[in-house]
Amino acid sequence: MSKITVKVCMGTTCFVMGGSNLQELIEIIPRRYGDKVDVEGSSCLEMCSVQWNYSKAPYVKVDDDIIEEATVEKVLSVIEEKLGAEK
Amino acid sequence: MNNAGQAIHIKKEILVRIIEAFFSEDFEEQTRLIPYIMRPKGMEVPYRCCVYKERAIIKDRTIAGLGFSIEEDDETVSLAKYAKKALERTNINEKNLTVLQAACKGCSTNRIYVTDLCQGCVARPCLSSCKFGAVSIENGRSVIDDSKCKKCQMCVKACPYNAIVKISVPCEDACPVGAIKKDETGFASIDFAKCINCGKCISACPFGAVHERSQIVDILKAIKSDKKVIAMIAPAIAGQFPGNIYQLKSAMIQAGFDDVYEVAQGADITANNEAKEFAERMHVANEQANEWLNTWVNEGGYEETPAQTEEKNIQKFMTTSCCAGYNELIKKHLQEIKPYVSETKTPLYYTAEIVKKDFPDAITVFVSPCVAKRAEGFDNTNVDYVMNCEELGALFVAKRIQIDKCEKLKYVKESSKQARNFCLTGGVAESVKASLKDESSVKPCVINGLNKENIRLLKKYASSGECEGGCNLIEVMCCEGGCIGGNANMNSQKAAKKIIEELSSNSEDINKI
Repeated sequence: MSKITVKVCMGTTCFVMGGSNLQELIEIIPRRYGDKVDVEGSSCLEMCSVQWNYSKAPYVKVDDDIIEEATVEKVLSVIEEKLGAEK
Repeated sequence: MNNAGQAIHIKKEILVRIIEAFFSEDFEEQTRLIPYIMRPKGMEVPYRCCVYKERAIIKDRTIAGLGFSIEEDDETVSLAKYAKKALERTNINEKNLTVLQAACKGCSTNRIYVTDLCQGCVARPCLSSCKFGAVSIENGRSVIDDSKCKKCQMCVKACPYNAIVKISVPCEDACPVGAIKKDETGFASIDFAKCINCGKCISACPFGAVHERSQIVDILKAIKSDKKVIAMIAPAIAGQFPGNIYQLKSAMIQAGFDDVYEVAQGADITANNEAKEFAERMHVANEQANEWLNTWVNEGGYEETPAQTEEKNIQKFMTTSCCAGYNELIKKHLQEIKPYVSETKTPLYYTAEIVKKDFPDAITVFVSPCVAKRAEGFDNTNVDYVMNCEELGALFVAKRIQIDKCEKLKYVKESSKQARNFCLTGGVAESVKASLKDESSVKPCVINGLNKENIRLLKKYASSGECEGGCNLIEVMCCEGGCIGGNANMNSQKAAKKIIEELSSNSEDINKI
């Protein structure tokens, strides 16, 4: 089973638009999923610079999927879905 | 994102759009378009009944972002006109808060209500628990007479079925001084004679209906002018952004400021001065006590407590004076504690004084974690404008600045470990203690957040002249957790505390007096 990789954008735009709350993910994910999921805070993923779409920040990348207006709950449910699909 | 989080997201997006509009070729037109850009034709409506209401609310939020009062808006003036008025104004208004009534209508009045879970039991503990005769039984079920109910909640506690609930109005519950109330029309409004600018209603409202009146346009105007604009960042700001405070300095310079000072620099002066004052006050108190003791020993006791000559001389405690919310509380609700309050000025006061000395013609901007500092800035002629942390964040977004990619710039004066911890609960008392040679003379007591209970406690200390447990230094902070709990912060307290403590642990100890 391949590992899921979560990248939480900690660029300034994402951080200001609510990404500060996503730092929790960096603690929650290893606790909940152990080594099935890798999580890291990342410097700017440059999602906001695509058409300058800061209103959809904060962004989180789960593997190649981009989550807009990310929240802890949204990210966790995407992870659950992916884990469920692999079983 | 929950509603409160989403409301903050909308507020910040509007600030970014105002700033972008300001730097565009047509500020007035771009401002007028904000509600239409954020809620375009055909968009799925996220929260309210229709796109028109969503736009109306965004318009109101933009009015607050431009620095005007929503209550005073008669709905006929366009955002373009408001933008123009914001550019033309030279004064800022001292009323810092404004309530967005169209968003506010959502909650019902603060009352005690019997739900359908009422079983109409035989014991009727609700009836007997009510001291005001407000509970009666109709058709076999409890009913509360609102005109008699004092909201004491005894019936809520008494009901074995948990059938009686208190319906809350979050802003009213959060306000420690009863300054925000729903009026007969159902809208919340603020009584500025009572309001201490603590900002708790802003954080509490799940609709994001309470807004700070932003000075961002005035600050941008200053940045665009030929004058030097110097930013002063509160200690709490160090914990609110990615990167470190040295990168933050160069990010702010990129955003248009000419220089950045740490207000922790002033906190070092506040701590030292407060320590001196504390030592003097307690010395006088000790001398007096010894004199009484001598008289008592030599003359075999006295019948009555000796007359207190000067009130100030016999004080057993002193309170800190750096929190703007606390200072507003003293002014409006707690005059009796005044003699016990340190006369030392705030870190912002000393920092602004230094900046104006270094650059007499400069415009000074304080970057604040809370709304109360707007009131302090208004009273201090050395502080020209106040911007909060969210507004600074919005400026970075609008200018597309990545703080963690900025170079590190040193501050002219590095602040001490204790001064950088000023924004954490207990930090001010600690810095006073660390300033003294005899640290054991300080017995601190920390008021961590001004709520109704803590205000009662302070009233008690003021009237009895004594603090619980023989404490002699009371640190008062309006926000729970300290300034990192302020209404305009972006980072969680835990994360902010970690960053700040990392910074302070690499800083020098404060000078002793």
